[in-house]
Amino acid sequence: MTTRSLLAPARHLSREECEAITKRALSFAAADETRVVVNSTNVSNTRFAVNQISTGGDAFDSVVTVISRFGKRSGSSSTNQLDDDGLRAVVQTSERVAKLSPEDPEAMPELGPQTYRSGVNWSDATASLDPDARARAVKQIAEPAKTAGMVSTGFMEAITGAQAIANSNGLFAYNRSTASVLTTTVRTNDGTGSGWAGATHHDWSRIDPASLGARATRKARSSVNPVAIEPGRYTVVFEPTAAGNLVQFIARALNARSADEGRSFFSLPGGKNKIGQKVVDERVTIVSDPYDPDVAASPFSGEGMPTQRVAWIENGVVKNLDYDRYWAQRQNRAPTAAGSSIRMSGGSASLDDLIAGTRRGLLVTRFWYLRPVDQRTILYTGLTRDGTYLIENGKVTKPVKNLRFNDSPIFMLNALEELGVPERVSASEGGEPGQAIMVPPIKVRDFNFTSLSDAV
Amino acid sequence: MGQTRREFIKSTTAALSVAGFAAHSTTGRSATDALVSPPQSPYSPLVAAEPNVKELAAVALEAAKSAGAGYADVRFVRNRNQNVSTREQRVTNVADNETYGFGVRALVDGAWGFAASRELTRDEVARTARQAVAQARANRSALVRPVVLAPAPVVANGTWKSPIETDPFDVAIEEKAALLLEANKAALAVKGARFVNSSMFFLREEKTFASSEGSMTFQVIYRTQPSMTVTAVGSGDFATRESNEVAPRGLGYEHVRDAKLLENAPKWADEAVQKLNARSVDVGRYDLVLHPSHLWLTIHESVAHPTELDRAMGYEANYAGTSFVSPPEKVLGTLKYGSELMNIRGDRTQPGSLSACGWDDEGVKPEDFDIIRKGTFVDYQTTREQALWLDWYYKKLGRPTRSHGCSYAQTWAAVQFQRMPNVSLLPGAKDLGWDDLIAATDRGIAIIGDGSFSIDQQRYNAQFGGQVFYEIKGGKIVGMLKDVAYQMRTPDFWASLDMVGGARSYFLGGAFGDAKGQPVQVNAISHGAPVTRFRNINVINTGRSA
Repeated sequence: MTTRSLLAPARHLSREECEAITKRALSFAAADETRVVVNSTNVSNTRFAVNQISTGGDAFDSVVTVISRFGKRSGSSSTNQLDDDGLRAVVQTSERVAKLSPEDPEAMPELGPQTYRSGVNWSDATASLDPDARARAVKQIAEPAKTAGMVSTGFMEAITGAQAIANSNGLFAYNRSTASVLTTTVRTNDGTGSGWAGATHHDWSRIDPASLGARATRKARSSVNPVAIEPGRYTVVFEPTAAGNLVQFIARALNARSADEGRSFFSLPGGKNKIGQKVVDERVTIVSDPYDPDVAASPFSGEGMPTQRVAWIENGVVKNLDYDRYWAQRQNRAPTAAGSSIRMSGGSASLDDLIAGTRRGLLVTRFWYLRPVDQRTILYTGLTRDGTYLIENGKVTKPVKNLRFNDSPIFMLNALEELGVPERVSASEGGEPGQAIMVPPIKVRDFNFTSLSDAV
Repeated sequence: MGQTRREFIKSTTAALSVAGFAAHSTTGRSATDALVSPPQSPYSPLVAAEPNVKELAAVALEAAKSAGAGYADVRFVRNRNQNVSTREQRVTNVADNETYGFGVRALVDGAWGFAASRELTRDEVARTARQAVAQARANRSALVRPVVLAPAPVVANGTWKSPIETDPFDVAIEEKAALLLEANKAALAVKGARFVNSSMFFLREEKTFASSEGSMTFQVIYRTQPSMTVTAVGSGDFATRESNEVAPRGLGYEHVRDAKLLENAPKWADEAVQKLNARSVDVGRYDLVLHPSHLWLTIHESVAHPTELDRAMGYEANYAGTSFVSPPEKVLGTLKYGSELMNIRGDRTQPGSLSACGWDDEGVKPEDFDIIRKGTFVDYQTTREQALWLDWYYKKLGRPTRSHGCSYAQTWAAVQFQRMPNVSLLPGAKDLGWDDLIAATDRGIAIIGDGSFSIDQQRYNAQFGGQVFYEIKGGKIVGMLKDVAYQMRTPDFWASLDMVGGARSYFLGGAFGDAKGQPVQVNAISHGAPVTRFRNINVINTGRSA
């Protein structure tokens, strides 16, 4: 029996529906200025554990957020009840909240109408995935794992969504987007070996489940019976995922205001910041470009500003920090509106080349439980996981026990040996699509490991 | 204090029952009435549009059954939250949000399916139920071990409400903003304190659960969190102090008043300034005197997570991880987890705790249960599906095989699964307090508040920071330290526990952000503890200049 007839396709609100909803909401508004944001998403997922599907789900939601402003007083409210009663009520709540709020000296007026490029983060292949297609993808991992006597666990998620912003000045922005991700952890039956592989892209057809399963299985097999090494400073080859796990923290620390206020790595004494200063090796360039097809992002910001390409670090030098509209005006800069994705520069070497050029060092697949320790240096702690190996004389020779590190991506990119070819990676710990990030495999000196873990 | 540990928990449980009962009887209205026809709050005009939930629940269950589900349940959840955030003398955000929808879970031949929607019409409810069944059928194709549910008593018409005194949504926004701004002013009056952020977050969740077995429950759950962070900036350096002795609670606006932000702000600001000039710690081994505002997070990471049964069985291997407390047949009743002073209990009954509820998200009344008794591991956290995995153990003990009531979903849009309840360290019989433990310590560090935290995927190797660190010498605090973090291996750390405070030193910490599952769902939990001392723990220095 076919189940297809019962399955609605992934849903999202069209441009016309969003226009109708935002117009309707704005017609109920009495504030000096009003912004209406619509987020419509269909999130579907399939989880598998111990070689079988454990849960699968599908949730469709559309949320309308209203931001109201009377003079310098503002408030906001959101709802997912989109009929007239719901929209009228959410506008009224937002306006009531605004009137009750104190004046905000930093209030900024709503933008006027803007011109946008079309977003490039939509894929029909992702939007058309249904539960059967997801189950087939999972089976491409679970069945070979089971045959090989291994235990596979993992997660696949497809998101189809639309976002719209409209305001009382006549601004209207609409974009639809997709995201997909598949990650798997394969363990040996006795739990003495564990390997991971994962991929994410807005276009599901760019993800190959069978090869991810095979890679995770290889890592699980080769990580059995790890040896203990002394914690300390090591030359490390980070696979692209591990590199992405760490490099993304630089992107999160780019707030200009925190820097100017003296409470960031990018601060300089006297209310200054590090724009123009060299902070990492000159081979390092980090940019956000919402129209980069490998790491596409939304064509507009939450306020409706068109997003644009921004170079944060160029040849090791800080070029830009992230300015919101208020801080930009105050500091006499342009607001940034960069979009959420990042791409880091690379070289021409493959991962194998980086390994081959290493006399003694460690190879890290990915990190886990990364948490900030000291914001002054972007210092983080965390542990290696699911495939950590010793490199001797250009070859991976044996698995090593997992290690905890205390170090900063800034120190790491100052001790740079070599960069490889950038790849799109799944760098979020939770296995959600996360921030779109392209990052190369990276080889560095003197990375600081502080203790061993018995965890497999 | 002559109270035993068991009596301590019992007396707090009794207090909750009384409070919950009184709340209903004084208004003369059951929580069921309150849910279907709640009082008009000035900020919630939507509630008048409440559809008939009972009728829609019947539609969902009927549609799931006719589509072939052997078991189905449905949750209707209306979630209202409000956030007021400030920095210095500015209100940066005031938001009042509401989301309402339902999720259907269906079991077909031992495979789960789930679907959710925000459209509360009969047609959409039926469509979503059929979609859940279709999901289950698709999932069945890769089935190895069919799901079987442990029996649970049918609850025909259960009602429960958090024991609140003042509904936070009835308190005016101006009053909330004024309190925060005044507290900020008090913090900034301290010389050297440059920035302050403060906020209040409130949640009210109205939840209806119905199952094809005939259970139906109505619950209204509240959560409240006031908080403040003060930043001091010195010559090219900065330090922050978070108010995390003020824990989030399952209470109403009275919890904000009890937090005394205005009175505490100068102390937090002063400590942020002191941290700038504190001595950087010398690495080495120290005895640690840990305040419960710190230890709750260590309990969360090193005890509560590894004793989740799905994790121990490999179901969370791809994200949250597995567990060193595994396999069950080799560790239940035998694994030495810590010293004889270590007694750990799971509960969803402590009054004002974040996990407190009448029934979990599969309609099971939660029970208080021992997880670790005198240092030995004795039980896991379970749901209906999981309890049967331990049937052999409960039979051996002569106990019924039933769920401990640990099923939870973060919203209507997410499927329920095993989540930790409150997991707490029980106080000792002796009436020892903070000062007693410091006086008994020759060379140590006292830690207040939680800070940076990280633990491996099997919960062996962990590292924890804190908010404020004091050096102890010869039984006295001799000054403040900074750049302190301790590294530990879970069983060794808990084996070194050699002093626990009495019931008077007991405090409930906790958080909204307990993360697990894929897609990641967050769970709100409290962890209680008395003051404690751990011997000879490895301390590292986390300071480094850029």
